[in-house]
Amino acid sequence: MASVAPTFYTNQVQVTDEVANFSPEVVEEMYLHLTKYPPDRKRSALIPLLFVIQRERGYVDNEGVNFLARFLDLEVTDIWETVTFYSMFNLRPVGKHHIQICKTLSCRIIGEPKITEHICNRLGIHVGETTDDEKFTVSLVECLGSCGTAPMMQIGFDYHEDLTTEKVDKLLDSLS
Amino acid sequence: MEIKAIGCEPLQLKRVHLENSHTLKVYQENDGYKWLKKAMEMSPDAIIGEVKASVLRGRGGAGFPTGMKWSFVPKDSPKQKYIVCNADESEPGTFKDRYLMERDPHALIEGMLIAAFALNSQTCYIYTRGEYKYLIDIMDEAVEEARAANLVGKNILGSDFSCEVYTHTGAGAYICGEETALLSSLEGYRGHPRMKPPFPAVEGLYASPTVVNNVETLTAVPQIIEMGGISWRDLGTEKSGGTKLWSVSGHVKKPGVYELPMGYADMERFILEDCGGMLRDDKKLKGVIPGGSSVYIMRANDVIGKKVLMDYEGLVAAGSLVGSGGFIVIDETVDIVDSTKNLTEFYKHESCGWCTPCREGTDWLVKIFNRIAEGNGRPEDAQLILDLCDNIEGKSFCALGDAAAWAIQGAIKRFPEDFKPYLNGQKTTSTEPEARKF
Repeated sequence: MASVAPTFYTNQVQVTDEVANFSPEVVEEMYLHLTKYPPDRKRSALIPLLFVIQRERGYVDNEGVNFLARFLDLEVTDIWETVTFYSMFNLRPVGKHHIQICKTLSCRIIGEPKITEHICNRLGIHVGETTDDEKFTVSLVECLGSCGTAPMMQIGFDYHEDLTTEKVDKLLDSLS
Repeated sequence: MEIKAIGCEPLQLKRVHLENSHTLKVYQENDGYKWLKKAMEMSPDAIIGEVKASVLRGRGGAGFPTGMKWSFVPKDSPKQKYIVCNADESEPGTFKDRYLMERDPHALIEGMLIAAFALNSQTCYIYTRGEYKYLIDIMDEAVEEARAANLVGKNILGSDFSCEVYTHTGAGAYICGEETALLSSLEGYRGHPRMKPPFPAVEGLYASPTVVNNVETLTAVPQIIEMGGISWRDLGTEKSGGTKLWSVSGHVKKPGVYELPMGYADMERFILEDCGGMLRDDKKLKGVIPGGSSVYIMRANDVIGKKVLMDYEGLVAAGSLVGSGGFIVIDETVDIVDSTKNLTEFYKHESCGWCTPCREGTDWLVKIFNRIAEGNGRPEDAQLILDLCDNIEGKSFCALGDAAAWAIQGAIKRFPEDFKPYLNGQKTTSTEPEARKF
């Protein structure tokens, strides 16, 4: 759950008036989310829609937020207010495969430090960084609810559990 | 990983090992949705009466009696009423809801529908943490299956009861497991907790009467309708009814999800026999955190030979809490200063920043723990940490602050020997990999 972008708080956000474009299929998907909530409570769809923006644009960017502001009749600041609270929203681009290693107690006492060290050494980056080929980003996150199968990590949305360094190697080899 | 019942017939875990247990077909072959039918023939008050009689207590961590929570919903309110399932399972050490939703999603839907019928609600939301995206997909599929069978939607089973079930996603915030913060999040805002009263039962989602229940609480409801409240209660003890799932992790041979009757005796047998004993035979038990990271840690000698009963009263008597049932077993290789530092970082990261005691307090705790871990501890730090905890506990806006304080107070009071060398500046934690510093 750790944010990938601590720099967000120190760097100025690039503000633009540009509005993102989405394919009709994606817009339709967004309308489907709206149907779950009362018509006067469109803001409820904000978090699910931000995940759509992140999936389509790689991270939650200005243009995507501008689109959502129009789509939900909200101010741009309303949306940033929500975005910056939740750690799953990336505020800058991440690698193609976002490796999120669980660092909380059950994982830590059963081998997380070794797994983290191994992955960082293998990829030649530190936690919070992205490889030069923009393929991998490594983050440490808080408990992902996989304590019985610790140590574990999530790549994108996929859970990988009962990790060993050999298993990690195999997994990273298989990712293109 | 083990998923099984010990000391009772599996109830919550009845179907989890069946092939395709997540499908409507298998669920219905095993009496699924029969109890919704039965409930719809009962009066709403009778359903609430059964849940009250069952002494079912909220399984998310707070342990509030579910029947009582339901009875707070004003019947005469003209407003729409909402049932919200709290599937934001993020308490460190807890992973039971995940397997219930993965393998038995229809039990959750049935439980929600019974609750909706009893409380005259037409809309249910399942708020699932964002990381569990695969579970949201499973739930969506299950809801569609149920809708096709006229179990969700308009005129359920030909009656005049209509109810929609929707999934909703969180986005990585532990605080959203707190029910009022969850509702803020569900409305599209930052996950800040709200002032109570008014309680959600009166003014919750969209300022309407709302009941927020944990997954395991709701999946117990069909069982209560099936067995009757009293018989369900009698599976456990008088004050802690029924069975409970415990998520076991850490240094045991067989971690997993275990269903135990409330009042199971005793904790020592549970760890050393049922869970296969210590992970490494030559390493002794050092401590147990029995209810998710937010409760007091127990020393091995408070467990071994003490016949600790595993229910709400038994754990309070033993100096801890049931919490969410996230059972973290710790062996003698673990440095309690390091493990407590880890949890302090967790609470600092997850503090929502709304109130000063929690936001500033957890930040200072991390700073002090970092200084101690670097070998700059001072003897007066123990009291400093306890004073800080005292300024958080009971003074923060919601229970997150209390949770942070309890986790730390427990460790520092019960494992002084681990803290001592640090407080004299004689020790540094050496297990930090270089990568962690960034």
